[in-house]
Amino acid sequence: MASTDVARQPGQGVRPLSLAGHVGFDSLPDQLVNKSICQGFCFNILCIGETGIGKSTLMDTLFNTNFENLESSHFEPQVKLHAQTYDLQESNVRLRLTVVNTVGFGDQMNKQESYQPVVDYIDRQFESYLQEELKIKRSLHNYHDSRVHACLYFISPSGHSLKSLDLVTMKKLDSKVNIIPVIAKADTISKSELHKFKIKIMSELVSNGVQIYQFPLDDETVAKVNTTMNGHLPFAVVGSTEEVSVGNKMVKARQYPWGVVQVENESHCDFVKLREMLICVNMEDLREQTHTRHYELYRRCKLEEMGFKDTDPECKPVSLQQTYEAKRQEFLVELQKREDEMRQMFVQRVKEKESELKEAERDLQGRFEQLKRLHADEKAALEEKKRLLDEDQSSFGKRRAAAQLLQAQSLTANGKKDKDRKNIKRQTQVALWADLGRCCYYTGGINDSRT
Amino acid sequence: MLVLALENHTVCTDLFGYVGIEAVLDQMRRKTMKVGLEFNIMVVGQSGLGKSTLVNTLFKSKVSRKSCTPNCEEKISKTVKLHSVSHVIEEKGMKMKLTVIDTPGFGDQINNENCWEPIVKHINEQYEKYLREELHINRKRRIPDSRVHCCIYFLPATGHRLRPIDVEFMKRVGKIVSIVPVIAKADTLTIEERQEFKERIRQDLAANGIRVYPQKEYDDDPEERILNDRIRESIPFAVVGTDKEHQVNGNKVLGRKTKWGIIEVENVAHCEFANLRDLLIRSHLQDLKDVTHNIHYETYRVRRLNESNMNFSELGLSARPLENGTADTSESESHL
Repeated sequence: MASTDVARQPGQGVRPLSLAGHVGFDSLPDQLVNKSICQGFCFNILCIGETGIGKSTLMDTLFNTNFENLESSHFEPQVKLHAQTYDLQESNVRLRLTVVNTVGFGDQMNKQESYQPVVDYIDRQFESYLQEELKIKRSLHNYHDSRVHACLYFISPSGHSLKSLDLVTMKKLDSKVNIIPVIAKADTISKSELHKFKIKIMSELVSNGVQIYQFPLDDETVAKVNTTMNGHLPFAVVGSTEEVSVGNKMVKARQYPWGVVQVENESHCDFVKLREMLICVNMEDLREQTHTRHYELYRRCKLEEMGFKDTDPECKPVSLQQTYEAKRQEFLVELQKREDEMRQMFVQRVKEKESELKEAERDLQGRFEQLKRLHADEKAALEEKKRLLDEDQSSFGKRRAAAQLLQAQSLTANGKKDKDRKNIKRQTQVALWADLGRCCYYTGGINDSRT
Repeated sequence: MLVLALENHTVCTDLFGYVGIEAVLDQMRRKTMKVGLEFNIMVVGQSGLGKSTLVNTLFKSKVSRKSCTPNCEEKISKTVKLHSVSHVIEEKGMKMKLTVIDTPGFGDQINNENCWEPIVKHINEQYEKYLREELHINRKRRIPDSRVHCCIYFLPATGHRLRPIDVEFMKRVGKIVSIVPVIAKADTLTIEERQEFKERIRQDLAANGIRVYPQKEYDDDPEERILNDRIRESIPFAVVGTDKEHQVNGNKVLGRKTKWGIIEVENVAHCEFANLRDLLIRSHLQDLKDVTHNIHYETYRVRRLNESNMNFSELGLSARPLENGTADTSESESHL
């Protein structure tokens, strides 16, 4: 009896006992199966291959249905992934199948980055599972698992060897997903060429260190079958959804003028082997490998990247909480520092602005003073002029009064002094006109219209 | 640089012929058989109620503490000590690691206040151990599961009602583990007395808000609800345990021989042992484990992570904001 995990656990006095009667816990697998039937299963397949190599047709043939995929063009600028989820039911088993196809793979002129979208997609599914797992309130048993369980890599049937694009892509993916390489459109290769092709492919994979998925050998009910199948990798498949009558049956086949290639005939192609291995025998193992190997690796790398460790430099076990607390402190300190920096910057800017404004204020003040002075000067000058004018006016008034007095006096002293009087009058008038002229001269500065 | 076209609606597709999907059921069965099963059961009750005998009868082998340590004197211990014994038993290729956790001293002292504390502490310790393992960076492939999946609580067959110690214990422990109450030594009750006793116990349980397994809230679909309703109508099971066999009508049966007759343990007309066994082992074994893992453990985890304020999204792990980082508002009677 193969030893199981249970018996191998270190016993604190674990001893095997024999039962005196039928207890009934052998029904546990049935209980588990019933629960799973209620919940349903989920399976995600990723198909990578060049456009037109037969990915959609093979999926249709594998699951015996029509997935309604449209043909894609050869002119995609980048590789894209197209995922579609289907609910299939066979007797009482419900399967939620997600088929992810690459679109435009191998079509670009420069294929250096072709693998990147695929790697990113796989990582994104791991990431969302990891986030769900790390949530405080989580519901893992209800979670729709979208991690890729199996990756079918379609190799084009050149008959020679793998392309470098194939090698590079598979190398990038082998630690993230279970890779099952298949030779597509295998009806273009003859039996002898196929044998050589398969050997060449496997040796190239081995020499480049690509780890493809090996069917598990630890369960003896299926070990034998799996060992045989491991020797037939990669499977050479032909896909077809059309039916052709052969003998008296309708079989899935491709009709050529020279014959009919039957899809489910094991001597024609390896389709039946692929379906057997992928679905009937190893579906559960594929899911388990994805969860326990690929996902754990991703999780470990991601958490280590974030700085979480299991043991600190002295090799003492560190609980996640301590690491978390340490990180949190670090984070808070960082936050505080940044806050301080921002505050300082803000204060500085305010100071600068303030000094600028003060400067401007002083400037304005200066100009204002200057203008004020100018005005005062002008005003003083004008005051001066006004005073002089007033003086002249008053002296003119005085002289006029004096002249009139003189005239009055000369009128009373009749005639002899007329000439004198007239002379004096004329003199006075001349003097008056001279005064007036001077006044005008003075007022000329104020009254611009004269000049 | 990356453009992803992801269509999120699910299409219902018909299969034209056989594919082989149902072979996955076989795969699951094989995997379960290969991996084996761990089951941890705790028995709680005063001395002399027949806990060890019942467990031996349930698993048809000497799994209890008394059978493992035949030389220890039966002194009543001063405090409740927990004693766990593990065995590996196998049936038709299915291996089970069964751990029985016994609680000698429970309810035996004069002052029984807080006698549930060591038990609650033990249960929480197991959750804590599992949580730590789960949070490791380098995790084991299969985390060893020592969490208590089921706790059988023994009620003495007084025929009256639940006692204060019963109410207190079940109230507190029923929140963190699946409790299955049983009436011990039920051969002292007649059928009518038994029915009345059970009815009163059910009333008491409802009045005190005690949730025993199978809890109503966790029924997934109508079928399960019908099945569980029937079970809920007949708990607590009135059981009799023994490991002696006697001849009845030419058959060897497990039974207790008394002057007035032989009480057949596995006869449903005599006692409800068979119902209990079917519930625990034959039909709800996986469910007990699932309820412990998905509900009780998750409750513990939420409380623990909230207590230590571990919110990974703060450290930038999640790009999407968490919509449910709220703390669990259950009364914290943790004795961590």
